[in-house]
Amino acid sequence: MTTAYLDHAATTPMRAEAIAAMVEVMSGQAGNPSGSHAAARAAMRRLDEARSSFAEVVGAHPNEIVFTGGGSEADNLAVRGVLARRGGTAVCSAVEHHAVLEPVEAAGGAVLPVTADGVVDLVAAAEILAATNPSVVSVMLVNNETGLVQPLDELAAVMAETCPEAVLHTDAVQALRWLDVATRTGAAQLVSYAGHKFGGPAGVGALVVRDGIELAPQVLGGGQEQGRRSGTQNVAGIVGMAVAAELAAAERAASVARIAELRARLVGGLRSRLDGWTETGAGERVAGMVHLCLDGVTAEPLLLLLEQGGVLASAASSCSSGAMHPSHVLAAMGYDRDRASGSLRLSIGPDTTTEDIDRALEVVPAAVERIRGAR
Amino acid sequence: MSRMLVAMSGGVDSSVAAALAVEAGHDVTGVTLKLWGGESDSGCCSVSDVEDARRVAHQLGIDHHVFNFGEEFNDHVVDPFVDGWASGATPNPCVECNRHIKFDLLLRRADLLGFETIATGHHASLVEVDGERRLARGADAAKDQSYVLHMLDAHQRGRLELPVGHMVKDEVRAEAARLGLGTASKPDSQDVCFIHSDGGKAKFLGDRIPLRAGRVVDTDGAELGTVDNIQLVTIGQRKGLDLSGGASRRYVVDTDLTTDTVTVGPREALLRGSQAVAAWHWVVDPDGVGTDLSAQISAHGSPRAVAAIDETSVRWATPEPRVAPGQAVVAYDGDTVVGWGSAA
Repeated sequence: MTTAYLDHAATTPMRAEAIAAMVEVMSGQAGNPSGSHAAARAAMRRLDEARSSFAEVVGAHPNEIVFTGGGSEADNLAVRGVLARRGGTAVCSAVEHHAVLEPVEAAGGAVLPVTADGVVDLVAAAEILAATNPSVVSVMLVNNETGLVQPLDELAAVMAETCPEAVLHTDAVQALRWLDVATRTGAAQLVSYAGHKFGGPAGVGALVVRDGIELAPQVLGGGQEQGRRSGTQNVAGIVGMAVAAELAAAERAASVARIAELRARLVGGLRSRLDGWTETGAGERVAGMVHLCLDGVTAEPLLLLLEQGGVLASAASSCSSGAMHPSHVLAAMGYDRDRASGSLRLSIGPDTTTEDIDRALEVVPAAVERIRGAR
Repeated sequence: MSRMLVAMSGGVDSSVAAALAVEAGHDVTGVTLKLWGGESDSGCCSVSDVEDARRVAHQLGIDHHVFNFGEEFNDHVVDPFVDGWASGATPNPCVECNRHIKFDLLLRRADLLGFETIATGHHASLVEVDGERRLARGADAAKDQSYVLHMLDAHQRGRLELPVGHMVKDEVRAEAARLGLGTASKPDSQDVCFIHSDGGKAKFLGDRIPLRAGRVVDTDGAELGTVDNIQLVTIGQRKGLDLSGGASRRYVVDTDLTTDTVTVGPREALLRGSQAVAAWHWVVDPDGVGTDLSAQISAHGSPRAVAAIDETSVRWATPEPRVAPGQAVVAYDGDTVVGWGSAA
C-alpha cells in the first residue's frame, strides 16, 4: 500500500537539490569558516553565498541574517534576546508556537487573545499593548495548526499607536513556502525561519535581525554570526536550507496554485462524503493547510485508523512523550475540550498527488464513521 | 496468532510480555498509557518510562504508540482515590485503573483499532475451567497480581493474555537479560504510581483535601493522644501512632470521621468471625464453588481461610482482623478467583 503523507506542516521532504548541495559540502574539503587558511575561507565563501541567497528570498540584507539551529532557537533568540538587552516585558499571541509562548510566559509576559476565527483580536491587542508597553511583541505570520495568516501589518499599526518603542517579532516558520515573505514580513524587525518546513534540513534555521535592532546573544562562545549566535556554523545544513528557500520562492506561484486545487478537491470531497465537521477558523489561510474539527471523534484513535488506511496526518501538538494534548490554539479560539479533541490537520506539500487526496477522501470518512459508531 | 496490543509500562514485566508475544508469533503493537501529568517518581507514566517502553518496542521490531488517558485516569482513579480517603475508606487505585482504564478504555480502543487481543505484564494467569477462562494466581506467589485483576469479566478474560504469568520474577528478569532488553534490571515499581515518594500520600492528599487532626482513644474511651491526619488512618494500622502509656502493641480498631476519633486496642479487638461485604459478585456459579476457599483483602496480603460466603458477608475459618472499608475482598477456590466484593 502506498502512503499518502499529509503532514507537510510537521516536516516536508527535502528537495533533491538541497540534498545534493549538502552532500557536496559534507564530502568536500573540511573547513571551519572561522579559520584563516584556504579550506576555512572556502567554507566561509559557501556560507556567505548561502547567506546572500537566503537574505534575498526573505527580503533582508545578508548582514541581517543570523543562522541558528532551527526555528525554536530563532524564536527564543528573538524573545529572550530583546528582553535581555532592553529589559521590560514581552507580549505574544495566544496561538503562538510553544517556542515563543514558553519564553514569553517564563518572562511573565502577557498574551493577546484571538477571535473565534483564529486571528489576533486587534481591539483587545490595542488595550493590552497600551497597558503593558512591552519591549517585544511576537505574533506569527502563519499559524502552524490552522494555517491562518495573522494580521501583521495591522498589528504593526496598532503598535505604532500603543507601544512605538516595541520590537515586532514574527515566527514565519510556516510561511516561506506559501507567502512572499519578503513583503509579508516587512512590518517585523525580527523574523524566524526553519529549514525543514520548505525542503531544507531539520536543525537549521535563521533569525532575520533588522539593521539597528540589538539583542543579547543566547548562546555564548566564539562570537560567530556577528556575535549574535556562537558556535561553528552548520555549513552544509545552511547551504541546504538556502538552496531549498531559493527553489521554494522560485516555484511558489505555480506550487500554490496547484496545491490550492488539491486543497479544494480535499475539502469539497469531504463536504460531500462526511457530515458533522467544520473547518477551523476563517480568513486568509495558506494553501497547504486543511484543519478540521470533527464532532464525536477524538484525534488519538482517528490518526491510528488513518494510518491503517495509509494516510499520515496529525492533530494538535504532541508532547515529548508522544502523547497527545489538547491544542492551546483551539482553546484560544474558544473551542471546548470536546470539540478541540476532534481536531485533524491534513497538510499538503509539493509532492502531494491527486491520488493522495483521493486516498484521504476514502479513508477519513470511513475512520470517522467507525469511531462515531463505536461510541 | 492474533493482532495483539501489549500495554507496555516501561517496566521489565511488560517488556518481557511483549517479547514473548512476539516470539509466539502474534502481530504485536506496543502501547504506553500516559495517565498522569503531575509529579510522580514511582513509575507508571513519566516521559522516561515512555522512552524505555519505546526502546524495547524498537528492539523487538514492533510499533509503539502512546495513548493519553490522563483525563479519564483523573476522573476514574485519582478523584475517587482522594474522595475515598476523604470519606474514611481505603481505596485501591490499581484496582480502579484496571477496572476503568486498562480493561475498559484500552480494550475498547483496541476494538476500535482492530486488535483482537490485549496483553499486559501482570503476574497472574488465565486458566480454562469447564470451557471458561478463569483468572488464577500467577506462578510467583510473592508477585501475584490476580487480586488487582479480580474484576475482569468473561469478555475481558477472553480477550486478555498474560504472557509472564507462568514465570517467577527472576525468570522474567533473566529472560529480559537474555533478550538484551534495557529494562532487565529496572527496579520494580512501588506504591501508587501517581504519588511522589517525597511527601507521599500525606502530601498528595493534603494538597487536595483539608486533612484534620483527630483524637486517639482506647476501647474504653480513655484519651491516649492525637493523630495529625485522621483521614489517613486505616483500620488495622499499627505504625505511625504516637501514643503515650501502655507497653503492648495497639492497632487501629475503628475510625470515626464524624467525631474525628481513632479507637485503638489490642489485636484481639480487631478480630471478627466474619467480614461484611458489599456488592458481591460471583465469577462462578456459587453452587459449584469448591471447599478450598480463601480470601485476600489487600494487594500484598496473604490469603485467609474462608468457611463460607454469602452475598453480604465472608465468614472466616478462624477469627481474622477487620478489613478497612473500601478494600476489595477477593475470594479464591484454590488459586482461582471465584468472587469479589468490597469490605463494608
